Amino acid sequence: MFYREAGQFKTNYVADSAIFPLREDRIGIGLIVLAAYALAFIGNSFLLQAVMIPFLVFSLASIGLNILTGYTGLLSLGTGAFMGVGAYACYKLMTAFPEVNVIVWIFVSGFFSAAIGALFGLPSLRIKGFYLAVATLAAQFFLQWCFIRIPWLVNYNVSGALDAPLRTLFGIPIVGATATPQTRYLVVLTIVIVLTLIASNLVHGRIGRMWIAIRDMDLAAELMGIRPLQTKLLAFAVSSYYCGVAGALLVFLWYGGAEYDVFNINQSFFILFMVIIGGLGSLIGSFFGAALIFILPIVLGIVLPALFEPFGISVGADVIEHLRFMIVGALIIFFLIVEPHGLARLWQIGKQKLLVWPFPY
Amino acid sequence: MDILYKVFIEPFLFMGEAPDLLVQTLWEGLVSGVLYALIALGFVLIFKASGVFNFAQGIMVVFSALILVGLYEKGVPAFLALILAAVSMLVLALVVERVVLRPLVNQPDIILFMATFGLTYFLIGFGELIFGGNPREMITGQLLLPQGTTEIDALGGSIRLQHLDIAAAVIASIMIGLLAVFFSKTRIGRALRAVADSHKAALSVGISLNQIWVIVWFAAGIVALVAGIMWGARSGVSFSLQIIALKALPVLILGGFTSIPGAIIGGLIIGVGEKVGEFYWGPLVGGGIETWLAYAIALVFLLYRPQGLFGEKIIERI
Repeated sequence: MFYREAGQFKTNYVADSAIFPLREDRIGIGLIVLAAYALAFIGNSFLLQAVMIPFLVFSLASIGLNILTGYTGLLSLGTGAFMGVGAYACYKLMTAFPEVNVIVWIFVSGFFSAAIGALFGLPSLRIKGFYLAVATLAAQFFLQWCFIRIPWLVNYNVSGALDAPLRTLFGIPIVGATATPQTRYLVVLTIVIVLTLIASNLVHGRIGRMWIAIRDMDLAAELMGIRPLQTKLLAFAVSSYYCGVAGALLVFLWYGGAEYDVFNINQSFFILFMVIIGGLGSLIGSFFGAALIFILPIVLGIVLPALFEPFGISVGADVIEHLRFMIVGALIIFFLIVEPHGLARLWQIGKQKLLVWPFPY
Repeated sequence: MDILYKVFIEPFLFMGEAPDLLVQTLWEGLVSGVLYALIALGFVLIFKASGVFNFAQGIMVVFSALILVGLYEKGVPAFLALILAAVSMLVLALVVERVVLRPLVNQPDIILFMATFGLTYFLIGFGELIFGGNPREMITGQLLLPQGTTEIDALGGSIRLQHLDIAAAVIASIMIGLLAVFFSKTRIGRALRAVADSHKAALSVGISLNQIWVIVWFAAGIVALVAGIMWGARSGVSFSLQIIALKALPVLILGGFTSIPGAIIGGLIIGVGEKVGEFYWGPLVGGGIETWLAYAIALVFLLYRPQGLFGEKIIERI
């Protein structure tokens, strides 16, 4: 009815290779971005601080892992550590050169984790599939050990923790204890939008096609003239860049300070869940996955006690916590059975149906 | 030069000076290696027969041990509780096959891997809901497992052998032997190997995949129960025990996903390498290297044999 391809003609190649070829898609995306910015002014600080900021940060990390696992087909369990590299690099840069704006350092810190990521990506040339997971697990545990054992990384801080010093943008504090959730949300939102746009261009272009060719069959891709070494390492570097920036955002714009424990193996698994539940090889899936895996437990934590209330059953916080685990686990299995290609596939099916709506086909 | 001396010469001199310490370290490494191998064995069984990388093996270890201890605390005799725990593993196998595996048949490996993550979460919540999150003591004495230590005076010092460790090694060896016989000599074992080779070919000669899956998950459950008793006796039964599943990963990868001897030899290499590395080289970098050394060892082996020591050779065709 209102979502139609008909009548939209492409008259040049640029229009043909656009990311959003449909006018309705462009309007929809514009509205979503607008709504996201509007949320900063109408949402309360709980919504912004406890839901939206972490959701965006995890979405960014999921996009990073999706580039590696979804687009290039290399399984990684070291996401948490790569996020950590970004956070620690950002901390070192921020405290060593306080006069440079923190936004610059957040973007630059990604390059450090990209370098580390490419280094640990080297074994991927020889090792494949689940066997590769061990190489990235080595990265995970080795880097985490470095975070604990090298006090230089935290400027010989006695507590061994990262803390966020006060940093401003145009005189408004964006990092540190005095920054309001609203400004932090706006900064995170802008960074995530910019990086998502770049990722979208990467995966739809020549580089993305190279990654996909490697994923589908690396031997055949090599015969077609794609260099596996450069392509795989590039995927590792770009993926780690996104994870590193997400890690820096996580510590300085969400937690406002963190210990090494934030970047443990569970964080890596957490991001992997988001990517698989959201849909491998889909950017919008990364957002869906992050929403489901991160926001679902929060919603359950609010809904479950309310469900028990009318029956006069009072349940302890620990029981709610256990039920939450069970429900999340069961839902993961349920979603995989219903749609093994992830939530992104459901989204695609929905759009297809909308194209012909109100007719069945 | 000094650092080279410290890395390449001093530890070996120290080994020569105190052979009793070396033997002690090797023994401890071997014991923990056997226990790693027990957990890796559960992974291998399931991977061989269904191609599923079962992340839930770690929580199955905890879960089975919790059922055993929980039933005993309710007043069930120890050996009856053992049998009931085994029965509940059978129930778990039946449920998993029906609810998780059957609807997901023919899906990519990573999706099945993810499904076992869901299972892990579910079992963590379920187990804590029933048994509570407090760590418990394993009922070692009631299961007639020996306790205490023997000290052998040899090599200019004394070597301590925990009786429990000896028992663990013996039981694990028996278990592995039984599994080897089961796989190579019995009708079901042959069917399992057929399924591992090719699902379709096995189906075409009349082997029921569903039945085979229940059997391997049950076998993996039994292995988990034994591993749970052994680990529980060493470090108590609690949910933190499930992270030993992560310790089994390098073992598994080192030995190859599909090989039972690989799991055992991989376990021993990792166990010994970890303990020796931590004891002799750990202090050089401030200790605590046990957390990642196993992965580094596995990585070095993998660079020479990408399919693990005993894994089937990966042949790629276009």
